[in-house]
Amino acid sequence: MDVIIDNLPAYVDGFLRTLFLSVVSGIFALIFGTLLAAARVSPIAALRGFSMTYVEIVRNTPLTIAFFFAAVVLPRLGVTFQQFEVAAIIALSAYTSAFIAEAVRSGVNSVPVGQAEAARSIGMKFSQVLTLIILPQALRTVIPPMINILIALVKNSSVAGAFYVLELFGYGRQLANANGDAVLWVLVGVAFFYLLITVPLGYLANLVERKVAIAR
Amino acid sequence: MTTQVPGDALVSLNAVNKHYGQLHVLKDINLHVRKGEVVVVIGPSGSGKSTLCRAINRLETIDDGVIKIDGKELPAEGKELAKLRADVGMVFQSFNLFAHKTILENVTLGPIKVKGLSKAEADKDAMALLERVGVGHQAPKLPAQLSGGQQQRVAIARALAMKPKVMLFDEPTSALDPEMINEVLDVMIQLAKEGMTMIVVTHEMGFARKAADRVVFMDGGQIVEDATPEEFFTNPKSSRAKDFLSKLLTH
Repeated sequence: MDVIIDNLPAYVDGFLRTLFLSVVSGIFALIFGTLLAAARVSPIAALRGFSMTYVEIVRNTPLTIAFFFAAVVLPRLGVTFQQFEVAAIIALSAYTSAFIAEAVRSGVNSVPVGQAEAARSIGMKFSQVLTLIILPQALRTVIPPMINILIALVKNSSVAGAFYVLELFGYGRQLANANGDAVLWVLVGVAFFYLLITVPLGYLANLVERKVAIAR
Repeated sequence: MTTQVPGDALVSLNAVNKHYGQLHVLKDINLHVRKGEVVVVIGPSGSGKSTLCRAINRLETIDDGVIKIDGKELPAEGKELAKLRADVGMVFQSFNLFAHKTILENVTLGPIKVKGLSKAEADKDAMALLERVGVGHQAPKLPAQLSGGQQQRVAIARALAMKPKVMLFDEPTSALDPEMINEVLDVMIQLAKEGMTMIVVTHEMGFARKAADRVVFMDGGQIVEDATPEEFFTNPKSSRAKDFLSKLLTH
């Protein structure tokens, strides 16, 4: 257990980096994922096709490939980054947005079709129907799967450790190598700091869910 | 009475056809509704009357033919269609009030977001409309807290708030308990008296007798008969209409 206390600064540094990656990627993924879902239900066939193809490809390939693309392939194509964090954020947001898109789409489908018809019949445009009528009502069913996806995102950010980003898992690996006799405790420490992010997320989900339920 | 010049029609359908796969749901439909006219569409279920009603504001697309509202052909998609829909009020069988909005917001949303009215203006108009349909005191509630009859009256107010040129009613009383049907029909009869152009798909023969200028009888996707209520109910010409009416009147 001493190994955790002795290396607390490294843990905290890794924890903050993981938190940063998760929050920034999470925000980008929520925005891009919702746009993808909107494209998927839009009246324009090309947008629907793009969204479907993107989601199917990204959702069904390993995250490591997304990281590989962002960290290795993009720089070769001329997109260079000062820090590997940027590549990690691109990979994580691109990957997670596919899952967010599917969650939002299922939420949209859970709203009775009559709601959209009524909105269209009073002259609303597609964007108004979606943002004023459908998405607010989809929110309630979308929150639980959304939080699951965000929890997965926090854990997925550990892949960044293999791509030169020194986040929680990266530090954990360094510490485990340096303290061969206390690997168990090193990993317990790593797990603890992950739980510090993911468990509150679960509670947040319950809170938001209850709040949205009352508003209905 | 039943002949009219297509030129001065507010709503006109010319040679409209629609298929659902193999099923030919609308067969060569020609219908012209003048301003201020109340047309009641009746017929057995599956006759295509709801599809006809929904095609008029393009909630259903058609395969061929022309539908015109106030002389303008229905646009295919996008802003133009939205604009035209704002002029065509629609009342659904299942009310379809916005479940997450209050009664007042249900009525003001269109005027504010589509017509660009100020909230104060929209609230004032909406309250007047809600009073007119007898649910003014329910304004702050959510739709789920109202009875079916009240919800449907709110739905009528929501459509009227857009000041539509024509109102479409797609079986507005079919989902209601019997004791609530009249409160909705009363509002509709009042509306008809005030000169609103209405196309009403219904099974309420009493309403057809009382408020309709014309009765259109549909069967198998076709308009079989188009007559005044008087003519239609006392002396139907087609055997299908006779058959339909006899089934209604035996109970």
